Amino acid sequence: MLRTEPTGGGTEDEGLPEKTLPGGSMTAPTKMVGVDVGGTFTDVFVLDEAAGTAAVAKVPTTRPDQSGGFLDGIGREVADLSKIGTVVHGTTAGTNALLERKGAEIGLITTEGFRDVLEMRRRDRRATWGLRGDFEPVVPRNRRIEVPERTLADGTVMTAVDISAVRAAARALLDEGCTACAVVFVNSYANPANETAAVAAIRDIWPTPHVSASVEILPEIREFERMSTTALNAYLQPEVAGYLDRLEGALRQGGFDGRFLVVQSNGGVMAVDTACRLPVRTALSGPAAGVIAAAYIAGEAGYPDVITGDMGGTSFDVSLIADGETVLAPQTSIDFGMVVRTPMIEIATIGAGGGSIAWVDKGGLLNIGPESAGSNPGPVAYGLGNDRPTVTDANVVLGRIDADRPIGGKLDRLDVEAAKRAIDAHVGQPLGLDTLAASEAVLTVANSRMAGAIRLVSIERGYNPRRFAFMPFGGGGALHAGAMLAEVGLARAIVPRHPGVTSAMGCVIADMRQDFVQTINALAAEVDTDRLAALIDGHRRQGFDLLDAAGIRFTGRDLTVELDMAYAGQTHTVAVPLTVKHDESGVRAPTHAEIADAFDAAYRATYGNLLPGGVRRLLNLRTATIGRRPKFDLTTLAPTGGASVEECRRAARPVHFAGAWHDTPIYDRLALPVGAVIDGPAILEQPDTTILIEPHLRGTVDRFGNVLIEAKTATA
Amino acid sequence: MADPMIDPITLAVLAGRMEQIADEMDATLFRSAFNPIIAEAHDASHGLYDATTGDTLVQGKSGLPIFVGVMAFAVKAVIEKAAADGDLSDGDVYIFNDAHIGGTHLSDMRLVRPYFRDGEVFCYLASVGHWHDVGGAVPGNYNPSATEVFQEAFVLPPVKLMAAGAMRQDIVDILLRNSRMPLSAQGDLSGQINALDLGVRRMDALLDEYGAGTVRAAFTALGDRAEALARAEIAGLPDGTWSAEDFMDNDGITDAVLPIRVTLTVEGERLALDFTGSAPVCAGPINIALPTSIACCYVAIKHVFPALPANAGVMRPIDITIPEGSLLSAEFPRPTGGYTETILRMIDVVFSAMAQAAPERVVANAYGTINALSIAGTKADGKRWVMFSFYGGGHGGSADSDGLNHGNAPISTATIPPAEILEAAYPVMFRQWALRPDSGGAGRHRGGLGAVYEIEVLEKNGAEAFLFGERGKFAPKGVAGGAEAALNIFSYETDEGWAHPPLASKMVGIPLKQGQRVRLETPGGGGYGPADARDPAAVARDVAQGHVSEQAADAAYGTDWRGNGG
Repeated sequence: MLRTEPTGGGTEDEGLPEKTLPGGSMTAPTKMVGVDVGGTFTDVFVLDEAAGTAAVAKVPTTRPDQSGGFLDGIGREVADLSKIGTVVHGTTAGTNALLERKGAEIGLITTEGFRDVLEMRRRDRRATWGLRGDFEPVVPRNRRIEVPERTLADGTVMTAVDISAVRAAARALLDEGCTACAVVFVNSYANPANETAAVAAIRDIWPTPHVSASVEILPEIREFERMSTTALNAYLQPEVAGYLDRLEGALRQGGFDGRFLVVQSNGGVMAVDTACRLPVRTALSGPAAGVIAAAYIAGEAGYPDVITGDMGGTSFDVSLIADGETVLAPQTSIDFGMVVRTPMIEIATIGAGGGSIAWVDKGGLLNIGPESAGSNPGPVAYGLGNDRPTVTDANVVLGRIDADRPIGGKLDRLDVEAAKRAIDAHVGQPLGLDTLAASEAVLTVANSRMAGAIRLVSIERGYNPRRFAFMPFGGGGALHAGAMLAEVGLARAIVPRHPGVTSAMGCVIADMRQDFVQTINALAAEVDTDRLAALIDGHRRQGFDLLDAAGIRFTGRDLTVELDMAYAGQTHTVAVPLTVKHDESGVRAPTHAEIADAFDAAYRATYGNLLPGGVRRLLNLRTATIGRRPKFDLTTLAPTGGASVEECRRAARPVHFAGAWHDTPIYDRLALPVGAVIDGPAILEQPDTTILIEPHLRGTVDRFGNVLIEAKTATA
Repeated sequence: MADPMIDPITLAVLAGRMEQIADEMDATLFRSAFNPIIAEAHDASHGLYDATTGDTLVQGKSGLPIFVGVMAFAVKAVIEKAAADGDLSDGDVYIFNDAHIGGTHLSDMRLVRPYFRDGEVFCYLASVGHWHDVGGAVPGNYNPSATEVFQEAFVLPPVKLMAAGAMRQDIVDILLRNSRMPLSAQGDLSGQINALDLGVRRMDALLDEYGAGTVRAAFTALGDRAEALARAEIAGLPDGTWSAEDFMDNDGITDAVLPIRVTLTVEGERLALDFTGSAPVCAGPINIALPTSIACCYVAIKHVFPALPANAGVMRPIDITIPEGSLLSAEFPRPTGGYTETILRMIDVVFSAMAQAAPERVVANAYGTINALSIAGTKADGKRWVMFSFYGGGHGGSADSDGLNHGNAPISTATIPPAEILEAAYPVMFRQWALRPDSGGAGRHRGGLGAVYEIEVLEKNGAEAFLFGERGKFAPKGVAGGAEAALNIFSYETDEGWAHPPLASKMVGIPLKQGQRVRLETPGGGGYGPADARDPAAVARDVAQGHVSEQAADAAYGTDWRGNGG
């Protein structure tokens, strides 16, 4: 995306002093804390800007109230919460509430004739083949109430909204016990008057702030996507607001007097009150923070083109960063029919995680997943009741995971014999392979599927994978890094120093960002450019006001503008970056020629050529305001001890590669000094990750403590 | 063949790699196509086909289900054409739309390209996509009153679009001159060529990496594996013979019902579908060509056994009999434009027959008609407009759950355009876009609900409506004792009040004035299992939500539900 050019002199926030915090303290608290609450662990990353130090902690996630683990994790590293200036949270509270259908009792008020849109979706189905399964929306039909009102597509109000009907509907929903309410009127993107009037009337009588208006959340054409996003927002409001309130209360009680921020799916942070208003924007909060951290770590290490691979228990999540920029997707579906349309970091997911089950189908083909043993009961080797072999079991049998020192600290040791038996029974015997060959087969097929996900985000999008580095994170990814290099042709892998707490670190790094959208739907040559400028300026003011109110330090502010455009008659739009000049007094209107040129450039870049005689159309305006937060020096994380490589060597154990056992040295990864070079075969161990360096590869510790893995021939 | 034996690990890896190539060809066309029927509704497909037989080896996951199976006929047609002409060379691309040779209908443009390796054809790559307009009497090519293909579209037999890599511009000129929307046609054509180019590049890389012998061995092994899977699935069915029948409303020309009959026989690992007893060829466009009928059987089987791959090996243990002279094997130049309606009925009868053998494997009938509805007119500035869309209905109940409300047709994965997009593009207003209560068949698991779409014309000059539908006289059936769903009802406003088409579900040129409306009430899905086995609490929930009215609940389920908080 292109940055905008402020026309006024100088940038705005450089050198802005840290705001004096309430309480009259003269020495501002300097610690910044990122907390990522995942399904199994709560990860904490503490950065002390003044001391130039960083610390990490990993504690079990507490359920159902996650605030226990949250505070416990912070407490491990920071005894006095008043020393903390900012807490940034990557949360799965919203995602879990959606997946587990544990949101609030809510109602929906909509235009006469349209209450079923939420249940009808876009006329899709769960799976192409089989035709089974039904769908229950988060608002039951009897709590979706229609009111007389109608706006046409050109914005004309054909029927003014009947406010008394709106009030009656709201009262009926309250009587039903609804705690939140969504309001979505047809064509309100074209003229919000009817919907805005209805929302004002509802807010007058609604006892809580939990009223979600579609024109405030997504003033964009397409009624199902807007209704679904608005309804899911309302569904989450009471839950997420309650959760964040409890957290903030507990932090304050512990003496915390700073700013509390939440990571959004777009990889930017927002203030906690914005999160309470727009909880649907947290749907991919944690994973987005991980990608942000990866982009920063790789960029600092000199590799701005990187593909991340997060290997969890049930899935492998891949995201691409080109030239330091993450890729945003316009929407996602949390589950069938539960569409959330809000910009989010694009993450491709396949069902191949450590817990994914290996099985041979009736046709004799070896498959991995999508069924997974997850983390409980987990792999056979965990001994918790699963007897079908998983990817992790194959890694255990081949010696790649140390059965005597399992990561994560939950188990004392792993049951190798049980893993072997499961692989024999379910893979070896059906395919006529011995235990080791069957284990290698499981890894080969799993690696091939993971490589497929990387090809999907790179080769299939026109990126040459040789330009990219691979950054594994999560517990298991670094075991498969060598395979990804070989399968996809990636140049190298970078294993960050703390791959298990990447999301928590991303919380500390992420910029503050707000995204805005407004459907325009006009021919580009006829669009009212003054109105366009006014809309951009409105977004700019709202976004910059939020930066002002955040009370944290920014190193700069950006306003980015993109137009969704296409030729008239075409379905898929192209994202067209537009440079607009702006200053305190407002936004200069772009000319029709500037818009046309910007479209032509973007279209040519996407499709190679322009359409002779085509008529340009402008569908949506998308604006983002970004407050750049100061980045910390990653050398803070570098190893400091003076140990030699030999001193970091613990022992050796036999590890199976390519058909043979190799006596493989084991190193203490965190102790390895900067500049250490380890030739494969080798295994580097740390509490939350195992790094495998295959015989033809070589690992090097860079000045930040990252381990770079490359072919021996490449680094020789 | 002297190809090496392939180990199971390489086979598993290659299966995924080749599927990804086909998927990527799909994605390439979806992204670049101009026409929303391909770009948004994904009415297209790509795959790899056998070098000598044309059989399907691998096909993309995201393409239209009906094309899985039908594409092999397009490739076979090109193989025959090339053999007759004796001039096949590397870089050739054939193109045609002739539905009697390649199946489906004339809107589907097929491009077939031989993939050469070491001077020999290694396999074929093919791309099919539904073009916006290919001439004929009616814009968009859904002409319910056609009695010959020539009234549906222009007909192109297999010809070389590219000869040894060189584009034959004369062919392109003919194509574009015969479309009402040449820009769209041009865009789709280059999208399909790009998809084939991409397939060639990806195959080159795959063969460089694994060697031609290994990949060819994988082709053979994947066919054998598909056959083994199909045999294993069929062996899970009880042996026996079962029959089912259903009816088409009419052929759009004369008001006479047309039976579709099937006899299913399972014997060990073999399965037979015999459509003897189905109606003879008819005057109107609900005829289908033989390739379409065979492909449709594949779709039905794959819905019953979703784990079966898109590979011709699946069909080896399956025998299909399509009687000569029936509307399921219509010959040139019989019209086939409404093929969707007929194959939906074939799928319905296969499900009904299969339900007698193994009810737990089958879903009750879905709504069974695509309701192709066009509303067209001329604006004050003289510009023509055509709003064309298919509409949704309910899916059948199954052993697992109630049927899905408002789903897409079993032969398709197309989503419906949003009302707001349609209203922004055309001078119409949707008065209603809603579920249709009481339209799902009663049962232990109720059929999903159909929909009500009511559309008002806003244009001063008025408009005309065209409908191509079915299920106006015979409702979607339940299985395992489940009840049938509601009929398809189309109504339009006249100066004298609301009216219905004389042929129930098909009509051309319905005049509409500004302010007048049409209403489409689509069928739901059939029910699964007897209604009296339904949990009264589920009935009470249906009534509370208004999915089922109180009266209908009493009639279908008795009054037990009234004690359950209804």
